[in-house]
Amino acid sequence: MASLVGSRVERKEDKRFLTGKGRYTSDINIANQTYAVFIRSPHARAKIKKIDTSKALKSSGVVDILTGEHIAKDKIGGLIAGWAIRSEDGSEMKCPANPPLAKDSVNFVGDPVAVVFAETLDEAKSAAELVKVDYKVLKAVTNLNDAMKSDAIHDGIEKNLCYDWLLGDRQKVKEAFDKADKIIKLDIINNRLIPNAMEPRACVIDYNTASEEITCYTTSQNPHLSRLIMSAFGGVAPENKLRVVAPDVGGGFGSKINLYNEEIVCSWASKKIERPIKWVAERTESFLTDTHGRDHITHAELAVTNDGKFLGFKNETIANLGAYARVFGTVTPTYLFGPCATGVYIMPAAYSNVKAVYTNTAPVDAYRGAGRPEATYTIERIVDKAAMELGIDPIEIRMKNFPTEFPFKQTLVHQVDSGDYVAGLNKAKEMSDYNGFAARKKKSEAAGKLRGIGVTSYFEACGIAPSPVVMMLGCGVGLWESAEVRFNPTGQVTVYTGSHSHGQSHQTTFAQIAADELGVPIENIDVVHGDTDKGTFGMGTYGSRSLTVGGIAIVNACKKIVNKGKKIAAKMLEASPDDVEFKDGEFVVAKSNKKKTIGEVAFASYLPGVRDEVKSPLPEGEEPGLIESSFFDPANFSFPAGSHICEVEIDPDTGHVKLDKYTAVDDFGTIVNPLIVEGQVHGGLAQGIGQALCENAQYDESGQLITASYMDYTMPRADDLPDFNLGFTCTKATTNPLGVKGCGEAGTIAATPTVMNAVINALGGKEISLPATAEKVWNACKELKKSNAKAA
Amino acid sequence: MKTFNYHSAKDVKEASKLASSNSAFLAGGMTTLPSMKLGLASYKDIIDIKRIKKLSGIKVSGKTVTIGATTKHAEVANSKEVKKAIPSLAALAEGIGDPQVRNRGTIGGSIANNDPAADYPSACIALNATIHTNNRKIDAEKFFRGMFETSLKSSEIIEAIEFDIPQKSSYQKLPNPASRYAIVGVYVAKHKTGINVGVTGAKSCVYNDKDLSGALSNNFSSSAIDNVKVSTSGMNSDIHASAEYRANMVKVFAKKAVDAC
Ligand SMILES: Cc1cc2nc3c(=O)[nH]c(=O)nc-3n(C[C@H](O)[C@H](O)[C@H](O)COP(=O)(O)OP(=O)(O)OC[C@H]3O[C@@H](n4cnc5c(N)ncnc54)[C@H](O)[C@@H]3O)c2cc1C
Repeated sequence: MASLVGSRVERKEDKRFLTGKGRYTSDINIANQTYAVFIRSPHARAKIKKIDTSKALKSSGVVDILTGEHIAKDKIGGLIAGWAIRSEDGSEMKCPANPPLAKDSVNFVGDPVAVVFAETLDEAKSAAELVKVDYKVLKAVTNLNDAMKSDAIHDGIEKNLCYDWLLGDRQKVKEAFDKADKIIKLDIINNRLIPNAMEPRACVIDYNTASEEITCYTTSQNPHLSRLIMSAFGGVAPENKLRVVAPDVGGGFGSKINLYNEEIVCSWASKKIERPIKWVAERTESFLTDTHGRDHITHAELAVTNDGKFLGFKNETIANLGAYARVFGTVTPTYLFGPCATGVYIMPAAYSNVKAVYTNTAPVDAYRGAGRPEATYTIERIVDKAAMELGIDPIEIRMKNFPTEFPFKQTLVHQVDSGDYVAGLNKAKEMSDYNGFAARKKKSEAAGKLRGIGVTSYFEACGIAPSPVVMMLGCGVGLWESAEVRFNPTGQVTVYTGSHSHGQSHQTTFAQIAADELGVPIENIDVVHGDTDKGTFGMGTYGSRSLTVGGIAIVNACKKIVNKGKKIAAKMLEASPDDVEFKDGEFVVAKSNKKKTIGEVAFASYLPGVRDEVKSPLPEGEEPGLIESSFFDPANFSFPAGSHICEVEIDPDTGHVKLDKYTAVDDFGTIVNPLIVEGQVHGGLAQGIGQALCENAQYDESGQLITASYMDYTMPRADDLPDFNLGFTCTKATTNPLGVKGCGEAGTIAATPTVMNAVINALGGKEISLPATAEKVWNACKELKKSNAKAA
Repeated sequence: MKTFNYHSAKDVKEASKLASSNSAFLAGGMTTLPSMKLGLASYKDIIDIKRIKKLSGIKVSGKTVTIGATTKHAEVANSKEVKKAIPSLAALAEGIGDPQVRNRGTIGGSIANNDPAADYPSACIALNATIHTNNRKIDAEKFFRGMFETSLKSSEIIEAIEFDIPQKSSYQKLPNPASRYAIVGVYVAKHKTGINVGVTGAKSCVYNDKDLSGALSNNFSSSAIDNVKVSTSGMNSDIHASAEYRANMVKVFAKKAVDAC
């Protein structure tokens, strides 16, 4: 049987999704359900003086209206930060309470203060308009640069500072800088983004008054984690009385990692009002209240020799947490960002210093890439600037500083197990026809256009592990993953995974690897996920961990099945287990034609006997059935890497940037399904390009989100993008038996600096900030023209 | 969305009679429905005019193209007659919004709404359009009065828009990257009788840029525009484009339009 790992198996999910047969949370309706509408703060910062619900309560169809007072009285806990980070001076980070419904103060536009439950959605909306909230409006803190000098938003959190974190050695860096020929300096803003999953957040809660069980259907990337938080911190119900189901989920990108206010409030309220509840966010609510991404201000310095060797690196960053610290909010700008900021280079000395601050804006948390895009943007922009200032070709300067031996001990934390950065960049150079750029530039110039080329080499650290290390660093949970593999008596297989698919195609990829391990046709394998009542515990999907952690748990569970099967087959075949080999779904006795298929073994394991004789196929002490589970905790992160090259053409008359060519060469180790991996790269690139060219979340001074709809928040569209030219190199990961590395975030991580490097290259090195919108580029073109005229 | 009465009018007379200061006609619904859903507008009566056959269709005579008010953008974009008589008008329609919007939105709704960033108003100005309503004919120059403001009375219904067929014309648009409405749209048309430059997106209301048309009357080439100064006064300014950028883009897109004529 040919191996399925490596083949372009069409997605099992396609039929369901492409024919509109997906079943999302908002498709679920429970008889007798009420509809929830949240009343949200219209102010970025205010004290709540009084909430008057008397008129609204009398409005038609209203079942109940609950506020922060009610939730406090019932001692329901709030939202939490999942990682505890310590400051350089050893002090613990400072986090404000974040109640599910604000009781005393609101801290961003969209912060929920009350909720209406009514018989219909229209009635709930009408009643919501009648709820009177009396606010004392306070001056909002919205400017990240000034946040540390502004009023404290939260009592007891001075300078709005959550932590002032350091990784690295300041003294060593100073010594390295003292030896440098040149110091390259760069100030950048990594702009705020809104994740914009296609499916808005939603939850449907079904409370069973007899069994006292709550079922919460929700748009989550990690239902078990949501249940754990809702139970352990929210105190909504014990875990055994709480079932969380994340059915089909239409994209998350990090924004659906968090357990949100609405899920806690509706789960608690369903028990209180003894009715099922349905809540579906409107698009504006998604813009306002989904966790946002990025939002850093960085000053970086790179110490170099005249011939382009890197000596040292400084990264001074202020990271915006928004109004509250959420699940990955505090780790994204620290351990997910700081270590990667030295990039794919040998960097003798480095440090990352990050001050995370609170502002009156939506909470910021992990967004596709989480920390690594910000890190890669910083280092890849400054490396390009160094190349330009030293007059060295951008590819050459990178090659000069690549490690060539693996494992590679990266400066700040990571021990990178495998990679070949030289091969990746060479391949990208060739595929992009780098050498033909000069001719293409000439041609563009003849047509009055500016052409630029941009290079990025990145590595990233994903599939965070192992658990003892992440917990040592401050994580509240371990980041292993579990799987359970069950044979039915008649030979089909169900794979339960604690990982969650919201676009990643687990049903196909995971079935491929199980099919290979078990020798069972892929059609006979079902993958089940997203339900705390099905299968073992799980940590969910984020940080490109599904395959490298969750997939390996499946492999290991399959291996246990084969082991047990071998013992059963040996007994059935009257041979020693040591003489039985498993291959292509068959247990074969060495040097004989005696064999049993795994299906026969499964059948025998469930029906262990025969008529008229007391005879079992199970060896002494072996239990019936063929079900195994595994918890996999990898020895380390996985480290995908690659090099991307793109070309842009700028119309100086309008400032419009046309992305003309994009080449991505990535090393994801073993590729299980190239079709799916290419899809992940395409989507990732689109998001990274979006940040480079158009996406930008903007608040005004008073804290109103002025990009709260698609009329103003610019998403990249298909016609903004060229055909992507994808290539792969492969060095296998040594930390898992498949040799796989994560692929979900790489495109996003690499694309933003690649495109910006090209834009800035076209502008002759003139810095512009993210995103490179037409007007900004037009202004830069004008200045370029002026300075060219002066020079001439 | 607040509750309202829905009427499906069988003819223009009935539609007009049902209209009040608290009603809206429902053509494509691409403006009316979103604003109602967002709570920005609410009406007592919604009067559907899509069933009125007379209001839809395209007629080309020797000198003019007449388009019924409820004709959809996609119908104009795909019309062989329009493509032949005024190709720039079909191209304009093809560039509105996205396929869903073009398959619903109508020309009458677009000009009645008079969004400062809408495309069609510039065509009306450039192509000397006459707006035919149920009780009069209005010249385009007098029809568009200000931001979201026209000379229509509340019970007045646009029946058709009649465009002059120019000798040459082109519409060039700098789309808002997010919404794809016009940040600046410039419609240049050369008629026997003179030149018009309809500009949309730039100011609070569409206008005929006399400086640009003046320069082009002497010399119909893009270089003629080089020395025209487009003032920033009255130009819109928002997160996507400042007044200065818009003023410059009026010129750039006017040149592009002349070159494409
Ligand atoms: C996502 C999106 C993108 C868009 N992009 C663009 C774009 O790029 N460029 C652009 O120009 N437009 C754009 N539009 C607007 C769209 O093209 C429609 O033309 C516009 O919404 C109005 O037309 P309608 O037929 O939908 O009118 P409706 O919404 O049905 O009506 C709008 C108003 O016009 C009045 N009205 C309608 N018909 C008549 C009539 N015959 N007589 C008198 N009054 C009438 C109604 O009373 C109402 O007040 C976009 C719309 C959307 C939703």
